[in-house]
Amino acid sequence: MFTAYLVITFTFVLIRQMPGGPVEYLKAQLITSQGSLTEQERQRLNQLAETYININPDKPVWQQYVEYMISIVQGDLGESIWYNQPVAELIGEAMPWTLLVTASSILLSFVIGITIGAWMAYNEGNRIDIGLSSFATFLTSIPYYVIGVLSVYILGYQLGWFPTSGYTSGEIEASLSIAYISDVLYHAALPIISFTIPAAFGQSLSMRGNSVRILGEDYLRVASLRGLSNTRIALHYVGRNAILPMYTSLLLAIGTVFGGAVILEEIFTYRGAGLLLLKAINNRDYPLMMGMFLIITIGVICGMIIADLTYGKLDPRIDSGEGSR
Amino acid sequence: MSSSEPHSQVSSFDTVSDIERSRKDRYQDWLSANIVTPMQILLSDRRGAVGLSILTFYLLMGTVGIALIPEPENTGPVLQPAFQNFEHPLGTNRYGADILSQIVHATPGMLQMMLGGAVFSMTVAIAIGTLSGYSGGRIDQALMTLTDSVIAIPGLPLIIVLSIVFTPREPFIVGVVISLPAWAGLARALRSEVLSLREESFIEASQIVGLNTRTILLREIIPNLMPYIVINTVNAARGVIFGSIGLYFLGILPQTFPNWGLMMQRAYNAGSLYTWDTAHWLILPMAAVVILSYGLIMLGQAADKIFNPRLKARYVNSTAEEN
Repeated sequence: MFTAYLVITFTFVLIRQMPGGPVEYLKAQLITSQGSLTEQERQRLNQLAETYININPDKPVWQQYVEYMISIVQGDLGESIWYNQPVAELIGEAMPWTLLVTASSILLSFVIGITIGAWMAYNEGNRIDIGLSSFATFLTSIPYYVIGVLSVYILGYQLGWFPTSGYTSGEIEASLSIAYISDVLYHAALPIISFTIPAAFGQSLSMRGNSVRILGEDYLRVASLRGLSNTRIALHYVGRNAILPMYTSLLLAIGTVFGGAVILEEIFTYRGAGLLLLKAINNRDYPLMMGMFLIITIGVICGMIIADLTYGKLDPRIDSGEGSR
Repeated sequence: MSSSEPHSQVSSFDTVSDIERSRKDRYQDWLSANIVTPMQILLSDRRGAVGLSILTFYLLMGTVGIALIPEPENTGPVLQPAFQNFEHPLGTNRYGADILSQIVHATPGMLQMMLGGAVFSMTVAIAIGTLSGYSGGRIDQALMTLTDSVIAIPGLPLIIVLSIVFTPREPFIVGVVISLPAWAGLARALRSEVLSLREESFIEASQIVGLNTRTILLREIIPNLMPYIVINTVNAARGVIFGSIGLYFLGILPQTFPNWGLMMQRAYNAGSLYTWDTAHWLILPMAAVVILSYGLIMLGQAADKIFNPRLKARYVNSTAEEN
């Protein structure tokens, strides 16, 4: 919660202090059309500023601040200068697509990473493990957008296997039909792949490290002496304990993936939240820019809170208060 | 810690030894303890050797290379593919500029960005992490609330917004802006290291002797965190590369100095995606990025293996079990 407050304050300061910021921008527009500023126009300017950015530059700073806070909390993010539409509406249209891509990449990368990592750990030291870990290390050194560009270049444009832009082909009516859903997934495939490949192999390396460490623990020997089946040991003893430390990196991944969406959506012309933010920046559309920034941050905070709450379910030790440190 | 590294603050222990030993001795001691020995250890590890040689190669490229290879000029044949002749070994772009020379002349800027970003984020992280972990109480709470907030803010959007506001031009400053959100995670990790270190007896001893907080932090705690710091510096440098290339590729940062992201953007915008003829123009700067970051990862892993006592113990264990 405090973070959300901090971020709103931060955007307030930015909007107010920005050189060539929205207030000056609006003022400049009025001045160029009118010559100089009369008292009437001043009021009009303030009104405009209020609808667009929720800030009235003539009031004292603390009042501006309080009013800005209130309107943000009420869900009023101002109005886009470029699209002349409420910011909240624009974001509402774009966000689901970004959520689709980011959520599935995070899930996929963790599932794949954990599977590969566990497999490597069980083969520790032999050829499979060495080959796979070197390969994984190499893959993690490739930025996801490089994979994005290469995949859209090779798989999209040159081989024509995947669409190169958009989130649907536009031919099928939006519905819950199988054809529509598969069309959406087909269009989302490349962005998801570009996120997932480096992330999954990165995760697999840390999963491998964790599992290898746990495989040397004494309680595993005890478990196998007790005659527990290998599957049970692998899932309940090794798996569970090895996955737990990775939960933190899951938390951090949420933020990274959301940020990375800006670059990937540009590469794939996938009109989600990231591309909207980029457009806002290129058009110097400050209300939209700040709104996007706020929403993305709040989304990440929500994701972290959810992850934080579910952590206790995964790790029974958290109740003893050890996890707070 | 008996390191005789010159510091502005001289503790009561060091004043004694200063009289007997000349400046040169101290310098040599410092050199062997802090540079030569770690280098030898790094080189003995295969990954460390790979990482170090890649990094050295890039350093040479950024210093000697720019003197040897002439600056790119739009004079050569247009869009010559790579590996055809010695005049343009990596081919040329649509404007006839040599790609090898473009890549080489972008290196100093990239290295400066890395340096700026890594130094900045490490300094902030060390300051906040150690202070917060060591002091505890209210200071700890306040600093950690701040840190947690920064962790929660998604880095890239923040950087984008900030770079619009500040429009950084110098490579150093770009590096700093890019790593503005990067210190937080590390500060948190350092804090928990300090928390366990704080209980050690030599810290207690220095407290009893009456050293002040600053001295204890600088002389006793930070040297013990050095391995951790080294590993994370490498990672921070890699983060700066990833972030900056991405932003230059998007065209968000002002195009003030040559760099690989800009090359990629030019190639991308010139329609490289529609044809194979320009593949080298797009892919070679990417290769430069990937190799450098591979070198940094190797270096980080080597440092991890050398410094991390847990991993070392595990390594010994696993070989013992196999025999």
